[in-house]
Amino acid sequence: MTQPGTQAATQATTQADTREAASAANVKEPVKIAIRRLNFFYGDKQVLFDNTLDIAENRVTAFIGPSGCGKSTHIRCYNRMFELYKGHRAEGEILLDGVNILDPRQIPALELRHKVGMIFQKPTPFPMSIFDNIAYGLKLHANLNRADTEARVEKALRGAALWDEVKDKLHQPGTALSGGQQQRLCIARALAIEPEVLLMDEPCSALDPIATSKIEELIDELKQRFTIVIVTHNMQQAARVSDYTAYFYLGKLIEFGETEQLFTQPTKQETEDYITGRFG
Amino acid sequence: MRATHHPKPAIAPGPARGKYSPTVGAGSQTDDMSTSTRQSAGKPWGDAVFRGATLAFAIGILALFAAMIAALWHESLPALHKFGFSFLTSAAWNPVKDDFGAVIPMVGTLLSTALAMLIAVPLSIGVALFLAELAPEWLKAPFGTAIELLAAIPSIVYGMWGLFVLAPVMADHVQPWLASHFGFLPLFKGAPMGIGMLTAGLVLALMILPFIASVTRDVFLMVPKNLKEAAYGMGATTWEVVRDVMIPYGKKGIVGAIFLGMGRALGETMAVTFVIGNAYHLSWSLFAPGNSIASTLANEFTEADSDVYLASLIELGLVLFLMTFIVLGLAQLWLKRGVAGGGKP
Repeated sequence: MTQPGTQAATQATTQADTREAASAANVKEPVKIAIRRLNFFYGDKQVLFDNTLDIAENRVTAFIGPSGCGKSTHIRCYNRMFELYKGHRAEGEILLDGVNILDPRQIPALELRHKVGMIFQKPTPFPMSIFDNIAYGLKLHANLNRADTEARVEKALRGAALWDEVKDKLHQPGTALSGGQQQRLCIARALAIEPEVLLMDEPCSALDPIATSKIEELIDELKQRFTIVIVTHNMQQAARVSDYTAYFYLGKLIEFGETEQLFTQPTKQETEDYITGRFG
Repeated sequence: MRATHHPKPAIAPGPARGKYSPTVGAGSQTDDMSTSTRQSAGKPWGDAVFRGATLAFAIGILALFAAMIAALWHESLPALHKFGFSFLTSAAWNPVKDDFGAVIPMVGTLLSTALAMLIAVPLSIGVALFLAELAPEWLKAPFGTAIELLAAIPSIVYGMWGLFVLAPVMADHVQPWLASHFGFLPLFKGAPMGIGMLTAGLVLALMILPFIASVTRDVFLMVPKNLKEAAYGMGATTWEVVRDVMIPYGKKGIVGAIFLGMGRALGETMAVTFVIGNAYHLSWSLFAPGNSIASTLANEFTEADSDVYLASLIELGLVLFLMTFIVLGLAQLWLKRGVAGGGKP
């Protein structure tokens, strides 16, 4: 019972509004990452279209949108993860503290990934002990002695609210932990190398509600020290944890704003349809 | 404007109802997925027959195994009576005096296998990594097929190639070079004859490489993409991802592949017979000819003119059987202990 006329009209305004929405996607706080007209291609197929927005420093920015809308693809540009795959290519600018991280001449991938950590949908503990999982990044990036390494591992595990649960079994394999613990282990591992930005790609989608709430509490704490970008399918989660929210649809940034405003008074019809569950 | 929108979702749950109904007659009328029809329709003896049949097959394998050992044991009784345990410690092999011992063929089998593993394992892992990770897309399929085709070459062809192509190259180039650079080691002393332990090890290595490489490649391909990305995301280089994540993750499978190759190398007959030299003496030099259990058997069965000779050959077969069994058993044990510390659960 949809009304074709209304639908078409909305569609038309969307396209006309993309540029305008982009210019509105600024924040009034200090900006950590400025994305300018980001386009992304899988071979010949374009999947992101002129994404422009700001990521505020020490804030949580949530990306929401239906499956396949490009939100994961979008954050995988922030650490150039797409470079691993042939034919994946990004155009535009992503300025991390003013440095265009899409340009390998300005920053090599290894250095970038030191600054921008990533947490995945499924926990990804490496096939080694809990201790070695955390120490792994330290070994790659810093030449620390045993005592310093131990101190950093403990700090990271405390930072991820996991220390008390694992302090007596640091030399057991990381894969022996529960799913929620494994995910916090991965967060600790990312924290250990002291990045500036943490990317989280649906970090709770494989976890039960209790483990999820622990991660959410953790995100709230971590934003004191890090800039966090989280992709989520769960709109309640976005509303709970984030300061800013961006709504993506079909590779376009439809709406961006402070989370409270976006969820209570969305300016776009599509955003409202999505967050009220009429669509997607 | 907004009020006119109907809150009805685009995909209504209603029409989906028929989709789940199984085609067991009246079942489509029940709304819940009742299992009562399945239970009453199930044949109670179907599972029992299936279980019995598979059990019989499994027992058949064990019975065959036991029968083989029993037959080998029985046929080697004359040798067992004559030499007893000293068969395993004697380096004699004298058909004229009917005096036989297993040491030289046993050493030959173990040494040629060890050489082959030493050469083949690092090469195979390298090939597997190239195929799984580093090769450009267009090269992966043809190169992978080529490796698998290597496994299909009959072993006698490897033997002929070893004798007519590899052995002269070894004699004219490789062995003189080794002797002039590493001649201070007893391993590389002696006349560069081409055929001998080193050449046998090399041919064996080439034969088992495709097995180890193709299984290892499959193991690498099974490493979850997420796990690799997580390691790259930490700022690891490709080599670091391979060394710290992919190899440890696939350790169990890789070790399995290595033992598959080793089992083959231990029993390989024709290719080794062509190039090992078939001489009964022990030497520190890898250039010297030797003998392996399998090549002894291949060469001498037709010549065995006394009962003890024949029985000794069969006892050698029993020794090879048990050796392979023990090596693979130890490997299994080691694998269980070794992997407990890491790898996937």
